[in-house]
Amino acid sequence: MSKEVLSVKNLNMHYETLSGDVHAVKDVSFSVKEGESFGLVGESGCGKTSVAMSLLQLQADNAKISSGSIQLDGVELVGMNESELRKVRWDGISIVFQGAMNAWNPVVKVGEQIREAIREHYPEKSKAENTEKIESLFKMVGLDAAVIDRFPHELSGGMKQRAIIALALSCDPKVVIADEPTTALDVVIQDQILNEIKKVQQLLGLSLIYISHDIAVIAEMTDQMAVMYAGSIVEIGPTEKVFSTPKHAYTRLLLESTPSVVGEKKKLRSLDGEPPSLINEIIGCSFSPRCPDPSSDCENPIKEMGLVEIEPGHFADNCCVDCG
Amino acid sequence: MKKNVIEVKNLEKYYEVSGGFFSRNKDIVKAVDDISFEIPFGESLGLVGQSGCGKTTTARALCLLDPKTGGDVKFYNNETENMQNIDNLEDEELKKFRRNIQMIFQDPYESLNPRWTIKDIILEPLNIHNIGDLQDREEAVVEILKTVGLTPASNYLPRYPHELSGGQRQRVSIARTLIMKPKFVVCDEPTSMLDVSIRISIMDLMLNLAKDLEVSYLYITHDLAVARYMCNRIAVMFNGKIVEIAETEELLNNPIHPYTKRLISSIPVPDPSYDRKVYDVNYDELDAIIAKHGTDNPMVDIGNEHYISTHDVKGLI
Amino acid sequence: MNENIEQDLQKQLRKEAIRRNWNLFRQSKLGMIGLYIVIFFLFLALLQPFLFITGIWNKGVYDPVVGYEAIKDTLLVVECPKEYPTEKYESMKDCPGPGELNVKRLYLAPGVEVGDYYETFIQPAPPSSRHLLGTDSLGRDVFSQIMEGSQVAFVLGLLSATLGVGISTILGTIAAFFGGRVDAYLMRQSDLILMLPSLPLLFIISAFAELKVWHLAIVLGVLGGLGGSVITIKSQALQVKVKPFVDSARITGGSRWRIMFSHVLPNVAPLALLFMVFSVTGAIASESVLSFLGLLNIDMSWGIMIYLSQTDGFIFSGLEFWWLILPAGLAVTLLAGGFYLVGRGLDDVFNPRLRKR
Repeated sequence: MSKEVLSVKNLNMHYETLSGDVHAVKDVSFSVKEGESFGLVGESGCGKTSVAMSLLQLQADNAKISSGSIQLDGVELVGMNESELRKVRWDGISIVFQGAMNAWNPVVKVGEQIREAIREHYPEKSKAENTEKIESLFKMVGLDAAVIDRFPHELSGGMKQRAIIALALSCDPKVVIADEPTTALDVVIQDQILNEIKKVQQLLGLSLIYISHDIAVIAEMTDQMAVMYAGSIVEIGPTEKVFSTPKHAYTRLLLESTPSVVGEKKKLRSLDGEPPSLINEIIGCSFSPRCPDPSSDCENPIKEMGLVEIEPGHFADNCCVDCG
Repeated sequence: MKKNVIEVKNLEKYYEVSGGFFSRNKDIVKAVDDISFEIPFGESLGLVGQSGCGKTTTARALCLLDPKTGGDVKFYNNETENMQNIDNLEDEELKKFRRNIQMIFQDPYESLNPRWTIKDIILEPLNIHNIGDLQDREEAVVEILKTVGLTPASNYLPRYPHELSGGQRQRVSIARTLIMKPKFVVCDEPTSMLDVSIRISIMDLMLNLAKDLEVSYLYITHDLAVARYMCNRIAVMFNGKIVEIAETEELLNNPIHPYTKRLISSIPVPDPSYDRKVYDVNYDELDAIIAKHGTDNPMVDIGNEHYISTHDVKGLI
Repeated sequence: MNENIEQDLQKQLRKEAIRRNWNLFRQSKLGMIGLYIVIFFLFLALLQPFLFITGIWNKGVYDPVVGYEAIKDTLLVVECPKEYPTEKYESMKDCPGPGELNVKRLYLAPGVEVGDYYETFIQPAPPSSRHLLGTDSLGRDVFSQIMEGSQVAFVLGLLSATLGVGISTILGTIAAFFGGRVDAYLMRQSDLILMLPSLPLLFIISAFAELKVWHLAIVLGVLGGLGGSVITIKSQALQVKVKPFVDSARITGGSRWRIMFSHVLPNVAPLALLFMVFSVTGAIASESVLSFLGLLNIDMSWGIMIYLSQTDGFIFSGLEFWWLILPAGLAVTLLAGGFYLVGRGLDDVFNPRLRKR
């Protein structure tokens, strides 16, 4: 049994806005083991990126973590000051953002930018050592060593994204968060990048947190997964179990609304309506207004919300289990 | 004999690009290079390919947004019920003919004028073409909103686009497109900006409308899985050319062209137990076809109305 | 019935939109300060005609140009002692004291002796309860002049800004839409006007023509309208022109003019409004400079007030006659700055990228 690298317990986070507090993350708990890849899936606005930002303590100025704990290797990240966090970021936990390939500084060579990140954390390392390190990283993500001396505009989108992955790995983090790293890319290049990430993860024994709206990508990339809806996790468990025996109505609808090129062409189910506003407190089941077949329990707001264990390691939200 | 809504023959769209500030010679970029297809009544064709392969350029040329540089395009004319070439139409006739062609855009946030109300947006085509009196037009707008599932209409008419969600906006776009009762609609990735859960309801709506109103779509997408759901036939585009075109299931189950194979094998499958093979590009099958038919004919039929391009693509994929 | 619901909803939505934008504007502290300043001067500008009409103010006394009131003062004539300190005065500086007049200054008024009371008119007179900001060297009420000046500033500022923005919006949109030679011509014209220093140009114009407020407004409007704002509006129009909703209108068969007026113009309008507010600032400042240099044929304005205090020599006497200089100078600075700040506030509303949340 490998040990837990990252554990998040009862995380609550809200944004203070003009129209009121937006509760983006509600009571989210999960843990990631060493060498494991964990997927977070949900619609846009469900809070998955907010979770990623809280993990790095990089949330926006108006975001407040009201309660909960985030522990990286037993070290509490919530409440750390900026200089302590700087050490943890990149070194302990790093991130590949959505569209990060556009984040390269256009006038500095790619290699120099990665070198700078390493220097920030390991000032004692020599330039030659760093170059060697970058070369090996580039090799790992399928880039030519010559790319070190290239400017970002000389690279294609896929190459820039590979280099971003190398940048994320440059300080040997224990946990890498990948927040929709392939969304802006073409299918063919997405496929290559996914393979690259998978390969690197296995090679280095990294823990990966993969965030996506695309359930097909999650299916291929992760061992454990959680489905988020309206700020909370509605189903969590081993990916295979979640796909084979989805318990929550939302998970089931997500699975049945994803077209595939493989297998019989089947009628897809559509999910009507909009996710609820996160400003107002949601009483009862957050999904019941969109649930195609809400059970009587669903509409009964008194019922206690929360995850219940359905089979070992597989939890689903109490309210919408086996309806819809 | 099947009736077509559009027949495209050898469509070309070339751009001249100057070689740089000091260079005098001009390069020609063949964004769309000699493509041909036709769409029969009530059927939809998916145009699938990577970004930059020329699929959006094709769409814009067919919608007369950018002039084509070569080839022959014939549209079905609703009034005369004949195929018609519109290259030499006068301004007034061309304006009249534009009723037959409509387009749905990718980005629901950019395709509706943010300063107009939903009512004005949907009314615009009727106003441009001066169809019916005011009351007729307003009734038509209410009717079409009902058709696309935005009810009650009075709740949407006075609103501005930014007050609606992405899915609702895309429904408004569809309503605006269909109010002219076109038979041919070009859809440029209409669901790619939408959330998964909303995507299917928009796709279902479009499929139902296609059946009820006898609309044919040219459905442009980078996602083969979406194209499979929406289209009867799929054309795979690569480097400005159509490399393979066939019935949807035939294409997915029996791909011949290496690029098609590559594309199909790249798509993630929503099933963790499915073991997706990485496709190793090989040209054997294509070479065999070229050897059999020669390269004189740009597209060869290998049976089942399955066409393969014999164009040399070695080293490009 | 359906119609009614729709209209009610429309009204309600419009109200909501206004409230939302107002809330956004209110977030900007600078913008609110600017708004208060502008409202204050608007109030002043409207207050003056009100006071005249209701008869609270007598035209003969308070008219900013031809009004006159003699402020009488009675002074005791004294002779200053040669040695200090005396019982009455600590040092030489204290003589003559308040309400007194040294007999030596009365050489022009023979027959006045020490111990007499002497009556005199004070011009310019310091602020008093009858004249809140005192009177100028001709005995005219300064407060009334400030009010008149704010009327001039509003008329001139808004007129020239509206004209200028109208011209630049239409030209900018045309340049974006027709491109080619039209575009090239308009852009070169803007470059030319941008290059010309506007104040010296105005000096030359004022030498040839008699500039009144209206004329100045038109000249400033046309100069502003043909200048740099055309380029900015054009770039905005170019961005709008390639939006899918414009393509959509083209596919449907909308003519160029239709697309330009109903799609592109409304979408550059917010930027144009912003320009308008900023150019009010420029117009007010230009007017003051020209008036100060005596190049305008205007009866009364803030610039004229400063000009007069300068030609009468009061501007050099420090702050002794502060009411002749400070109110007018402050008014110019405040109102010009006020419009600028309102522009900044509007920028927050129209420019979503600048919004904090």
